[in-house]
Amino acid sequence: MSEINELYQELILEHNRSPRNYKKIDKPSHFADGYNPLCGDHYTVYLKVSNNVIEDIGFEGSGCAISKSSASMMTTSVKGRSVQEAQKLFEKFHSLIMTKIGDEIPEDKIEELGSLGALIGVREFPARIKCASLAWHALNAALNNQNNAISIE
Amino acid sequence: MINELTTLETKFSVEELRRDFPILLRFVHGKPLVYLDNAATTQKPVEVLNAISTYYREHNANIHRGVHYLSEISTFEYEKARGKVKNFLNANEQKEIIFTRGTTEGINLIAHGYGRKFIGAGDEILISAMEHHSNIVPWQMLCEEKGAKLRVIPMNDNGELMLEEFEKLLSPKTKFVSIVYISNSLGTINPVKHIIERAHALNIPVLVDGAQTVSHRKVDMKELDCDFFVFSGHKLFGPTGIGALYGKAEFLEKMNPYQGGGDMIASVTFEKTTYNALPFRFEAGTPNISGAVGLGAAIDYVSKLDFQSIQEYEHELLEHGTQILQAIPGLRIIGTAKEKAGVLSFVMDNIHPHDIGTILDKEGIAIRTGHHCTQPVMQRFQIPATARASFSFYNTKQDLELLGQAVYKVKEIFKA
Ligand SMILES: Cc1ncc(COP(=O)(O)O)c(C=O)c1O
Repeated sequence: MSEINELYQELILEHNRSPRNYKKIDKPSHFADGYNPLCGDHYTVYLKVSNNVIEDIGFEGSGCAISKSSASMMTTSVKGRSVQEAQKLFEKFHSLIMTKIGDEIPEDKIEELGSLGALIGVREFPARIKCASLAWHALNAALNNQNNAISIE
Repeated sequence: MINELTTLETKFSVEELRRDFPILLRFVHGKPLVYLDNAATTQKPVEVLNAISTYYREHNANIHRGVHYLSEISTFEYEKARGKVKNFLNANEQKEIIFTRGTTEGINLIAHGYGRKFIGAGDEILISAMEHHSNIVPWQMLCEEKGAKLRVIPMNDNGELMLEEFEKLLSPKTKFVSIVYISNSLGTINPVKHIIERAHALNIPVLVDGAQTVSHRKVDMKELDCDFFVFSGHKLFGPTGIGALYGKAEFLEKMNPYQGGGDMIASVTFEKTTYNALPFRFEAGTPNISGAVGLGAAIDYVSKLDFQSIQEYEHELLEHGTQILQAIPGLRIIGTAKEKAGVLSFVMDNIHPHDIGTILDKEGIAIRTGHHCTQPVMQRFQIPATARASFSFYNTKQDLELLGQAVYKVKEIFKA
């Protein structure tokens, strides 16, 4: 598979076309904006957390296929999980996409990320890593109660 | 048609000119480079590279301060470059040319030196809807500080300024007009001569942002009669970190200095400093000497070319590229002014410009994606960003055909 086809895998294109949990949540317990001033990508992530569990999550906004599909997959992979589990997942995801090009990644590490593993192709595109992590940064900011815009550059 | 093309190509041999630009021979991701990001920065001919190298190998010394041989040569080379800028712009006097870091610094210098002195509460500054952020933010900062107001000439759906609105905005409150000549995100060529004439009828000074102009067409300060003109060396086949500001002497003479320091003074005591004469008053500190020398070499290079032919050739590229892109279903060109330079900004249905840029890059094609430092333009067209191909005279029709093919590849990947 060429690098470009690995980046734009079917799963990613599919999430881009029909993003999951693409909705605003009424009276969210947490929310935050993620904004990349370089390319104008902009998302708001809304959460309903109770008893430390992410009961519902939604996002809105616009951006490229990588940022949108990543946001969509993020929502499906943290929904129903505890806040700590979600944060752990972010760490794992982040370290995966930040793994240096050429460095071997054990299969099980990719597998434990589920659908998020499809984003592994961004490693080959350093300029796009920020796209893949934008919604996650917003999630993190929301969970840390920074209910305002975070901007990554 | 064929006949027309051959006559043009005999006047203007692209293949020959391309050989002057070593970088155009390189490969990117295993593909020959197709460089279509000239509005961001242009490539450098070997003459410019050699001039910089020669300067550092043979002449390097600080200027205006030494009695030794190298310092004299350096000073001579630096001032010679100023003379080249003066001739290039057809300014009246060499002292009307101030070296800057680029367009951005030039505008800031004027907003500071002229604006802070002559613009006050209730005054209005007029810009256009298609300004680069560098011709918005310095004025906004000034307005905030002084209680002045920024007014904006709107544009129509083609990306053309609405001149009847401009007329309505002009008033006794208008104290300054700052306007882009050629838009970097739309390619629109604005009728700056007309705007200058109308402003001058009310005694309003005009600054022209020439960043995208100087590499595409001849500019003439005597003919244009603007009060200030700014451009960047790196968009004129010269190095980064150098640019020039032209100001009519009568304006420069009465302006506040920009930065304080060495070279801009006549004498300093702890009680009082008297400032140096023009142009040195606005060039505090050791300037970018090698940059000025490189810019001088770039001006020598373009002066050998015939701007009329460049303009015709680039217009042909624009028409060819427009035809290719227009034929692609789901693609929309942003910026369709009648008077337009070699810029093709476009958006595609359901495909974000950022993704277009990544896929084109893998094909060796360099374009820019994003808001191009013109966010208000994006807001005007209600789009988050565009993909932008921008040409120079060293681009070929083949470059544009490769661009078209790569855009089809984007559609294929996105199954659009
Ligand atoms: C129209 C216009 N104005 C100003 C600038 C700023 O130029 P610089 O970044 O070289 O200062 C640019 C560069 O993109 C431009 O295209």
